[in-house]
Amino acid sequence: MIISVASGKGGTGKTTVAVNLALSLKNVQLLDCDVEEPNAHLFLKTEFDARIRAKISIPEFDPEKCDYCGKCASVCMYNALAVISPSNGEKGNVLFFSHLCHGCAACMVLCPHGAVREAKKEIGTVEIDHHDEKQFIQGKLDIREIMSPHLIRQVKEFINPTRTVIIDAPPGTTCPVIAAVNDTDFCVLVTEPTPFGLNDLVLAVDLLRKLNVPFGVVINRCDIGDDKVERYCEDGDIPVLLKIPFDREIAVLYSHGVPLIEKKPEYRPEFLNMFDKIREIVDLKSKRRDA
Amino acid sequence: MEICLTSEGSDLGSMIDPRFGRCKYFIFIANDGNSFEAIENPNLNASGGAGIQSAQFIVGKGVKTLLTGQVGPNAHQVLSSAKVVIHTGVSGSVKEAFNDYKNNKYNPVDAATVGSKLGSQMRQL
Repeated sequence: MIISVASGKGGTGKTTVAVNLALSLKNVQLLDCDVEEPNAHLFLKTEFDARIRAKISIPEFDPEKCDYCGKCASVCMYNALAVISPSNGEKGNVLFFSHLCHGCAACMVLCPHGAVREAKKEIGTVEIDHHDEKQFIQGKLDIREIMSPHLIRQVKEFINPTRTVIIDAPPGTTCPVIAAVNDTDFCVLVTEPTPFGLNDLVLAVDLLRKLNVPFGVVINRCDIGDDKVERYCEDGDIPVLLKIPFDREIAVLYSHGVPLIEKKPEYRPEFLNMFDKIREIVDLKSKRRDA
Repeated sequence: MEICLTSEGSDLGSMIDPRFGRCKYFIFIANDGNSFEAIENPNLNASGGAGIQSAQFIVGKGVKTLLTGQVGPNAHQVLSSAKVVIHTGVSGSVKEAFNDYKNNKYNPVDAATVGSKLGSQMRQL
């Protein structure tokens, strides 16, 4: 079973939930897919034994074959190419802006002169700690790179389906989040009972319904704010899987990089209980699908 | 049409749009000032790369001189590759700006005058 942990709003406790859920389980794999700022490693004693550079395809141009027709620039959805035609004895030029390129390869496939070849560009690293029964993998995007969905998908290639897989997703509701939660069996949405938390939760719920990923909600700092998040969940038949109170001690542990369940073991059954609820929902869904 | 100005409207009385890649209109004026053409910027709502596409667009129109407010690094790279002379810090109406240019009020720049993405940020304000 693959469980993603996401949130509309940042800073609601995704990593806390992902790390502690993973630590509560056996034969587990934790994937930190928040590749722009992976931080789950701060709570684990990791020793990476493998590092793999992640690459995307970018175009390379053959000036011998190019006649500056401009086809490549016109098919580029991301405006990463400009073609200057030759004029008044000046040579033509193809300008490629690699940071805008999504690696879709349209320019390579559609060039009528075969003047565009595939080249590779490194965008980040996949780091793996194989060691014990809790395998940890994280993606780390290189500075100045922005194509995080590519790196997230490359992290997910290391998913081992014989284990329970927990994916720590980035915040928000944009492409990197879709890359992280897509094709997971369940998504845990971590939120807080504030207007910001609710606003972004609604956006995340819309996203998951479109992706057809079943989901439930964790309300963190559940005793602050108001009851609107709970009422929203009730009205929409969204299961509330776990509530974590606002507790200074939890914040202090977090700031020291200590996993919650290590110092407050009373939370372990809470995470296991949440896992059971998730399994029930996922099993029910697969039974319905098979029927 | 050898001269291009970025404009907020489609006539010569319109104000100069200080953004290049995401200006509302491009106004193309013949070197002698006797005829002009206004074209709505097709890249106004591009999610990214507006400067690059706008630069390629005006280069394709045969422009040799650009008068605008600011130019970012990507657009600058395309424009300078096509040997377009760039004047920034241009303001007032399109007509005034053209006359000021003819009276040598503006000096060409040989580097980008703003960082990337400023145009898209200005649009959000």
